[in-house]
Amino acid sequence: MTPTVVLPVVIGVLYTAGVYLLLDRSLTRVLLGFLLLGNATNLLLLSAGGPSGLAPILGYAEAEEMSDPLPQALILTAIVITFGIAAFVLAIIYRSWRLVRQEVIEVDEEDRRVASRSDTDADDIDPDDLAPEDRPAMHDDTFAADNDIERGLARYYSGIASDDIDLPPTRGRKR
Amino acid sequence: MIRVLTPLPVLLPLLGAAAALLVGGRHPRVQRALSVAVLTAVLAVSVALLLLADSEGAAALSVGGWPVPLGVVLVVDRLSALMLVVAATVALGVLVFAVGQGAADGDEETPISIFHPTFLVLIAGVANAFLAGDLFNLYVGFEILLTASYVLLTLGGSAARIRAGITYIVVSLLSSILFLAAIALVYAATGTVNMAQLAVRLAELPEGTQLLLQSMLLIAFCIKAAVFPLSAWLPDSYPTAPAPVTAVFAGLLTKVGVYAIIRTQTLLFPGGALDQVLMWAALATMVVGILGAVAQTDIRRILSFTLVSHIGYMVFGISLASTAGLAGAIFYVVHHIAIQTTLFLVAGLIERQGGSTGVNRLGGLATASPLLAILFFVPAMNLAGIPPFSGFIGKLGLLEAGIADGGWLPILLVAGGAVTSLLTLLAISRVWSRAFWRLPAQSPADDTSDAAAAAAGPDLDPGPLPDPAEQDQPAGEKEPVGATVGDRAEARRAAWERHTAVATATTPTTDGFGDDDERERPLRPLPRVMVASTTAMVVVTVGLTALAGPLYGVAERAADDLRDRTPYIESVFVGGDVP
Repeated sequence: MTPTVVLPVVIGVLYTAGVYLLLDRSLTRVLLGFLLLGNATNLLLLSAGGPSGLAPILGYAEAEEMSDPLPQALILTAIVITFGIAAFVLAIIYRSWRLVRQEVIEVDEEDRRVASRSDTDADDIDPDDLAPEDRPAMHDDTFAADNDIERGLARYYSGIASDDIDLPPTRGRKR
Repeated sequence: MIRVLTPLPVLLPLLGAAAALLVGGRHPRVQRALSVAVLTAVLAVSVALLLLADSEGAAALSVGGWPVPLGVVLVVDRLSALMLVVAATVALGVLVFAVGQGAADGDEETPISIFHPTFLVLIAGVANAFLAGDLFNLYVGFEILLTASYVLLTLGGSAARIRAGITYIVVSLLSSILFLAAIALVYAATGTVNMAQLAVRLAELPEGTQLLLQSMLLIAFCIKAAVFPLSAWLPDSYPTAPAPVTAVFAGLLTKVGVYAIIRTQTLLFPGGALDQVLMWAALATMVVGILGAVAQTDIRRILSFTLVSHIGYMVFGISLASTAGLAGAIFYVVHHIAIQTTLFLVAGLIERQGGSTGVNRLGGLATASPLLAILFFVPAMNLAGIPPFSGFIGKLGLLEAGIADGGWLPILLVAGGAVTSLLTLLAISRVWSRAFWRLPAQSPADDTSDAAAAAAGPDLDPGPLPDPAEQDQPAGEKEPVGATVGDRAEARRAAWERHTAVATATTPTTDGFGDDDERERPLRPLPRVMVASTTAMVVVTVGLTALAGPLYGVAERAADDLRDRTPYIESVFVGGDVP
């Protein structure tokens, strides 16, 4: 069995594309990047098992002709884990979209506050005192366009559109 | 006997989680009782495992009866049993706290009952990671606990938690992928993932290959343990979660990473090729972490940064690669799990009592609730390493080990460790003096008055609202025509003064506490269960001091085992013949 060059090349391409996508701000691309990285790693595991061979079933093939079954078992486990986590990340992306109507990673207000070296507690700042572009996302009249959308949505889905923001930490609410 | 007990710390929480999920929606009381019972059982089993492992030595269980190198192996030695005991103790304390908080908040009425099952799954993952006898099982343990932690961190799905959760999830995913790729390469190089077998086979590899595998594993674990250049995710994601979740994360999750680093460095790669790198990382973790803590004004963020900082002590002990250093690191891990969890629970209580965790908004807590003050003070001094507490004993052990090593780098680290300890004291005492000691009359609303500013130092004075954004924005770009930078700054200042004037006017200056509508809500009595569980955790941390002698003995014996390596290998391959 001669070693194949296809597998390492494919692994390399998948890793490259995966890292590229992972660095994107868009969460959907981050997820796609994670999936590519996961598949690249699975292929790496596969190639770690040595040359390919016959199915490792006793009586079907001789021990020398069999392929190594352990990496295949590991890959199956890894695929299941990747699948579950991808589903969870999709749910998070959807939730993020519901909350802020965008699925890019937001500017971290806390970081901006630290960067500004302010002695003031963030809690002490009244958003109404800030310039519109400095206000936390989803504050009323952050962006005029957002408010129009908000009002439009509120007409269609009365009671849920902007109501979803900042559920109290542990308190349940009945709907 | 020990083999019968070995799988229970993983199995019990998993089965308990399934049962808790089944009864969850309809019988919340049964669910709570069930999870508390399960964790109590896990604690009992762990204590038994520790006693057995300490008296009889390490033992391995081949799950499913497969002969050793083929199947999954669970290994109990002194280190993993000790970690299990601490993890179970902390988890039980946090769970009772969460039950108290849920009862206080009326959570019985919520349709969501996933907290308890998820929490149990988390503990199962942690236990699996501690017991794993092969690399892939360690990976699975990590994935179990991480998946549960994703759910717990984003519980409720509010905007802040989703944002923090995404950071955490993406970073964790990256480290998991790195770990899995490292496993693939290890398997390609050695043909096994069994750790006892790897301990022998990895040594036969060429040095360059060893270094590659070691650094890949270490990077993956250092991300999970939040060692400095890879720690930025932690203070960003932990503070937003509910108090019990942050507490258990802070106590346990990073320490699982530390545990994995200990295993990698002692069992798999005892050559010490990367010890120097680890020492520099430890120094940077300690110093940068604690400088971050000093700069913060929110108790939870301060605690998150001290968490990062004190991971440095453990890495320092590991990187010394001596028995004394490892013993110090193991003792410090035990101490730090308990102490950090306790402090986050106390922060949860502070938030309930004071309505905030920002130190500039709190004040007079010592008079308002003396019990809370004691609950904070004792573990805080313990964290800073004031004698006679366990933090002092752990730090002393590590610093002694560093001096015993004698090299210039360990001595530098000893100095860094001492400075970090002092800065921890500074950060913690700032919380104490502002949130607890400051008279209520001096608290936030009066900060602008001269008396308070003079009494409490210049940095309490908020001053005019600083705004760096307006300096680098060209005037008029986002403003109505005619507005200039100066106008905007002026308008800002006026708005700020108006804001503070209103706040001052509504605050009574006589007693100052208890009847302002915004900040000073009437003091609610703290829920008894929450206080009781926090008190119990504080007692545990003090107990660590009382039991420091025997505990340090166990840590030293565990460190001996780790340095020796044969107890672990021979527990898996009876007789020591490694195929």
